[in-house]
Amino acid sequence: MSGKRIGAFICHCGGNISDYVDEEKVRAAAEKESGVAVAKTFIFSCSEAAQQEMIRTIQEEKLDGIVIASCSPKLHLTTFRAMAKRSGLNPYMYTQVNVREQCSWAHRHEREEATGKAIHLVRAGVARTRLGVPLTDLRIETTPAALVVGAGVAGMRAALALSDIGMAVYVVERAAEVGGRIPRWGRMFPNDRDGAEMIGTLLQAIRGREGITLFTDAEVVGKSGSVGDFSVVVRVRGVEEITLRIGAIVVATGFDPYPPKAGEFGYGLPGVVTLPEFRELVAGANGQIRYGDREVRNIVYVYCVGSRQAATEGHPHPNLYCSRFCCTAAVHTALLANGIDDGVNQYHLYRDMRTYGKSEILFEEAGRKGSVFVRYADDAPPVVERPDGGLLVRVRDGLLGGEEIGIPADLVVLVTGMVPRENANLVNVLKLPIDAGGFFNEIHPKLRPVETVIDGVFVAGAAQGPKTLAESVASSMAAVSKGAALLLKGYVDLPPLVAKVDTERCTWCGECEKTCPFDGAVEKVRQGEKEIACIHPALCKGCGGCVPVCPVEAIDLEGCTNAQVKAMIDALVREAV
Amino acid sequence: MATVAPSGEGRPKILVFSTNNISDPGIDLAGSQHMNYSSSVKVISIPCSGGINPNWVLHALEAGFDGVFIAADGGDCAYLPDCTTRTARIAERAQGMLKERGKDPRRVKMAAICSVCSEPFVSHMRQFTEALSKL
Ligand SMILES: Cc1cc2nc3c(=O)[nH]c(=O)nc-3n(C[C@H](O)[C@H](O)[C@H](O)COP(=O)(O)OP(=O)(O)OC[C@H]3O[C@@H](n4cnc5c(N)ncnc54)[C@H](O)[C@@H]3O)c2cc1C
Ligand code: SF4
Ligand code: SF4
Repeated sequence: MSGKRIGAFICHCGGNISDYVDEEKVRAAAEKESGVAVAKTFIFSCSEAAQQEMIRTIQEEKLDGIVIASCSPKLHLTTFRAMAKRSGLNPYMYTQVNVREQCSWAHRHEREEATGKAIHLVRAGVARTRLGVPLTDLRIETTPAALVVGAGVAGMRAALALSDIGMAVYVVERAAEVGGRIPRWGRMFPNDRDGAEMIGTLLQAIRGREGITLFTDAEVVGKSGSVGDFSVVVRVRGVEEITLRIGAIVVATGFDPYPPKAGEFGYGLPGVVTLPEFRELVAGANGQIRYGDREVRNIVYVYCVGSRQAATEGHPHPNLYCSRFCCTAAVHTALLANGIDDGVNQYHLYRDMRTYGKSEILFEEAGRKGSVFVRYADDAPPVVERPDGGLLVRVRDGLLGGEEIGIPADLVVLVTGMVPRENANLVNVLKLPIDAGGFFNEIHPKLRPVETVIDGVFVAGAAQGPKTLAESVASSMAAVSKGAALLLKGYVDLPPLVAKVDTERCTWCGECEKTCPFDGAVEKVRQGEKEIACIHPALCKGCGGCVPVCPVEAIDLEGCTNAQVKAMIDALVREAV
Repeated sequence: MATVAPSGEGRPKILVFSTNNISDPGIDLAGSQHMNYSSSVKVISIPCSGGINPNWVLHALEAGFDGVFIAADGGDCAYLPDCTTRTARIAERAQGMLKERGKDPRRVKMAAICSVCSEPFVSHMRQFTEALSKL
């Protein structure tokens, strides 16, 4: 049919596959497939020795396509693409077939059936490769300038680091002042440096750099172009619009403290404050902590307010996540309070004490300084009341067998978590994906933690999810290195797995343009007499959303064409011969 | 020489359309956790469930699959904000095409499968296998 010479390589994965699948049968079946020139098995395909042998086979057998039946593509798709490239084969002429996670491991008690399934899967891989075409990455030259959105700690550190690397940097801050949340909160853990002072130092450093341009009272209102070569429009002071050409964007727009609802743990009663409100009080205190005109003696902290919420009927979209900074922040704040007034009594009503890592030391210290810790159960939250002028917190002590205790308080501090900032405009302009909690979503929390699906747009700091300062800066440095790596190289190669239009078939109905959410990806063009759709490879994200709407099947996603999918389906049901 | 038995002989053949970044990891996880489901379940992976062509569904059922399961990206989709609605529309279109051809629309099923949805995936496969055996 296509005259391709395909190699099928079947991996034992030690025994992970071969213990449950008869590899020799799979190999023999693969060998009989049309187009397959050679079929081999390997104990560990990913080992260097096996890769060397594959390279030799590809070259000696003059293969123009390969199929590797092994583990999940999540693990080794890039490994084997790189191997294919080293052998001189087009990397997109390689198909990985998952016979481990989706076959041997899932059907461990049915060797014969698992073997049959593996054969079908390999055939489908061969079918896909048979119809594959060599593709070239799309190469785009990059502009050595970066945009940082948000000038909190994360954004300011990112700007300096990008400038260190030699990038021109534009910083766009929505507020009139830089610094984000921390300037108002006084001394911060872990080393008790003052928030305002830290921001002052960073601002001074930024002002001293020629390569950094800072816009305050400014917002990003437009973005076009693609990774390496974006054009963004910044609106300054609500009027003036400036267009910048940049190669990468770091989004560090931070968080909002969780706003408790009226009545939530007594919020709204005099004397019930949030942790951020209390921090301002502590930061301004002088020898004594005062609330209104009264001296504060008894402080009760209620933890996990706005975090780790359960879904209830009246509250169907709770914040399921742990805000992670707040246990430590509350314990640390208690130590600051101790430092101001040794005589305060502090009670911490917590669910689980998550002062992880080195912060555990602060927790120990707070205990030594007299803080009392009371653990409450998820289904028995504390009740904050004001029965006769004074605040009273009732709680069942989980460690005392559930006995109810009442604590009179001068101040109740709700240890509120983090929620994403309201940022609908930015989300819309950058087309950033958000997670269930509303924070910006990275591609992969472990493997690609600061990249987003919008190539060239990186997330940093608490905009991505609750983080401490150290974590915010660490992620910001990660975003900087990913961004700079991209720009320093001078070009980017984009995987060409995007949609293409069959110009013969297209009748310009406009459906694909209507359905595509990415600005500029689909455009109407004239070809001779005819108007047709043109999909720009650099702007198309390769989602395939336009494929099902085309009434004449004129759109194919490279690597996943209509013909390939149908051929795979046929191969998956074809009975063994 | 004994020929290889058609996989999962007798059991309904199910084709799953799954996506590289969202449901695939969930299905992989089911395997990693050694959860069992019918070996007659086979997966084709694509970038996004909003890109499934209803014609593929029809093709699968005509070629010999007994059922097609669409693992929808749901709210986790990194490409399309309205992915769930789009995928639902695709499933409905496929069902409509089946009805026109006198086939049972229950042969197409859609559910959101997330990247850690191993349990839900396996239970969907059990239920779908059962449901298809009764058709
Ligand atoms: C009460 C409290 C106490 C804390 N104490 C500590 C502590 O002691 N130690 C510690 O390590 N951590 C502490 N934290 C956590 C710390 O505050 C965060 O880790 C840190 O502020 C995150 O920095 P950021 O730059 O990501 O976000 P932010 O500080 O929120 O800064 C984001 C910036 O982006 C700007 N912005 C937002 N949207 C846009 C837009 N569309 N365009 C332009 N600009 C925009 C904002 O105006 C802001 O300036 C505490 C948090 C709280 C709530
Ligand atoms: S949907 Fe198909 S026919 Fe219509 S314009 Fe797009 S490619 Fe052309
Ligand atoms: S594949 Fe997705 S991004 Fe590309 S043109 Fe089609 S709808 Fe737009």
